[in-house]
Amino acid sequence: MLDIKNLHVTVDGKEILKGIDLQIAPGEVHAVMGPNGSGKSTLAYVLSGREGYVVTEGQVLYQGRDLLGLETEERAAEGIFLAFQYPVEIPGVANTTFLKEALNAVRRHRGEDELDAMQFLKLMRAKVKQLGISDELLKRSVNVGFSGGEKKRNEMLQMAVLEPRLAVLDETDSGLDIDALKTVADGVNALRGSERALLIITHYQRLLSYIVPDKVHVLAHGRIVRSGGKELALELEEKGYSEFAPEAA
Amino acid sequence: MAATVETVQQVRGLTEQRYKYGFVTDIEMETAPKGLSEDIVRFISAKKDDPEWLLEWRLKAYRHWLGMPEPGWAKVDFPPLDYQDAYYYAAPKSAEKPKSLDEVDPELLRTYEKLGIPLKEQEMLAGVAVDAVFDSVSVATTFKHKLEEVGVIFCSISDAVRNHPDLVRKYMGSVVPYSDNKHATLNSAVFTDGSFVYVPPGVRCPMELSTYFRINAENTGQFERTLIIADEGSYVSYLEGCTAPMRDENQLHAAVVELIALDDAQIKYSTVQNWYPGDENGVGGIYNFVTKRGACRGRNSKISWTQVETGSAITWKYPSCILQGDNSVGEFYSIAITNNRQQADTGTKMIHLGRNTRSRIIAKGISAGRSQSTYRGLVKMSPKAVDARNHTQCDSLLIGDKCSAHTVPYIESKCRSAQVEHEATTSKISEDQLFYCRQRGISEEDAVALVVNGFCREVLQQLPMEFAVEAQKLVGISLEGSVG
Repeated sequence: MLDIKNLHVTVDGKEILKGIDLQIAPGEVHAVMGPNGSGKSTLAYVLSGREGYVVTEGQVLYQGRDLLGLETEERAAEGIFLAFQYPVEIPGVANTTFLKEALNAVRRHRGEDELDAMQFLKLMRAKVKQLGISDELLKRSVNVGFSGGEKKRNEMLQMAVLEPRLAVLDETDSGLDIDALKTVADGVNALRGSERALLIITHYQRLLSYIVPDKVHVLAHGRIVRSGGKELALELEEKGYSEFAPEAA
Repeated sequence: MAATVETVQQVRGLTEQRYKYGFVTDIEMETAPKGLSEDIVRFISAKKDDPEWLLEWRLKAYRHWLGMPEPGWAKVDFPPLDYQDAYYYAAPKSAEKPKSLDEVDPELLRTYEKLGIPLKEQEMLAGVAVDAVFDSVSVATTFKHKLEEVGVIFCSISDAVRNHPDLVRKYMGSVVPYSDNKHATLNSAVFTDGSFVYVPPGVRCPMELSTYFRINAENTGQFERTLIIADEGSYVSYLEGCTAPMRDENQLHAAVVELIALDDAQIKYSTVQNWYPGDENGVGGIYNFVTKRGACRGRNSKISWTQVETGSAITWKYPSCILQGDNSVGEFYSIAITNNRQQADTGTKMIHLGRNTRSRIIAKGISAGRSQSTYRGLVKMSPKAVDARNHTQCDSLLIGDKCSAHTVPYIESKCRSAQVEHEATTSKISEDQLFYCRQRGISEEDAVALVVNGFCREVLQQLPMEFAVEAQKLVGISLEGSVG
């Protein structure tokens, strides 16, 4: 599904990722953990195609194709979803309007018919119920005035509607209380399946108690320094990241 | 060679897509000789079969106009207008007084169909009556009879001069006097057509009324006049739309709109203005120099202006309310979008004269490309405007770094108990917002349209339903090419 080879990325001329290798097969859940400033979010942004993240070396294959040649929206339409660490507010645009626009853009890309208002409403009702989210959230402007938990739930709703093949969760657990964390985990687990892959980026182990990963990688100063099974996350929880402290300058 | 031709065609195709109303209708026209003089005023008056009083009024305006200076205070920049290098009257030959829609030239009907305004009643939007003005004349008014049943008069202003002279004489020029400003005075001298509405006491007009203005002829100015009178306790909602072909020269549109609301009456006036804005280098486009003013003459009356301004090379327009009647209400909701080299200086005047009068202003300006957009608004509280209130909110949104937005509020308060509030914000479409939308699969252009529509929502909500949808699409189209 995803094959990252020797990926080097610079931001504002500074090298952040210094040769990442990572393979994710369909159906797998991978966690990337690491201390702050290790390049975790950069990895999420470069996969989703954010401007300003310059690939200087290496390649990324997604479903056998060169991912880096695709525009941001093409990647999204091809099934890459990024759950944002800080979901963005769009004043005046109703959550449903936003989601309908997004879903229909993706459907057009796939050569499927667009959903009309009634079909879309039906789909939304089902998804909202499934995720245990309040209807009222749909009418409000995208993320405007949402609590931290509501914003993250909203990301899960978008993910459930867009049904991505590869979902990247960027510190989705940060700032969440335990109830919100469970909602997020339920949303993610509902999406797990043999066709889909998940890349969970997190600082803490606690989300991984609810979404059990197949593999855990430790990212430190721009490189994957260790990989292992789910038990690696527990070990990190215990020992902290001190052994992966930044290189002496 | 073939490749060049292909490129040219492609480019042409693209431009047409951006301004899809840019076509020209090939129809035999009758025009006045070029230029402006007392003879031309007399020519127009004769063509319109004016009564003597109207000719006198026109001539008075023309003589006054000769000595008037151009208004120079707006933040717009253009070479001086050559008033002698334009035509002041152009009418399709076939349009001389068709009695019914069946007699309207099929070529004209096709033009309006192409613009999405079918004039055949059976094909029309249910519940919307249309007066179609083509260059200098009104070519058709629909649903006339249905409106007559409830006593609503909706016709061209020429018909009104003929059939309802008392109403026209009483009210025309009573809100915008012939000596008001250079553009309005020119209009008073040479106006050729426009719409007239009278809603009798206690009647709620059963459908939306609408005028569709189309400039077709070359080198022609359009000078229409609209007069709407809502008698005691009545209600009317009116919408105006406009387009013009794409041409290299600038064309002048100097309209006058007067609204009069008597006791307990309400007028809702909405405009979706999409005149040709010129090309991306600023060549061509309409100069939209319009004077719109409403008088809340009666107690508890209300006038509400909503405008979506996306077209024109230059917009100079300040729909205003004179709040004479006690407890009367004035509202101004505006979206002004400028792209490429467009310039807009637009806003409103709220003149509070009566007690407990209220006004509300929400202005949203969006600038992209190298355009500039100015909100200019006056709120005036006279000594008698006891307990009057105003709230103004001006928000500007910038797209890119070569455009500019300005807010120029004037507040004059001579009344101690009056309250005036002014809020203003300026923001940019953030890269975060665009990335968020694109990551969900929405293309960059659609993302811009989405964010801008959200920014304008409070104003779009004020438009009648059918037109709100159109306006939303228009917002997207007018910003095409503004990013990337």
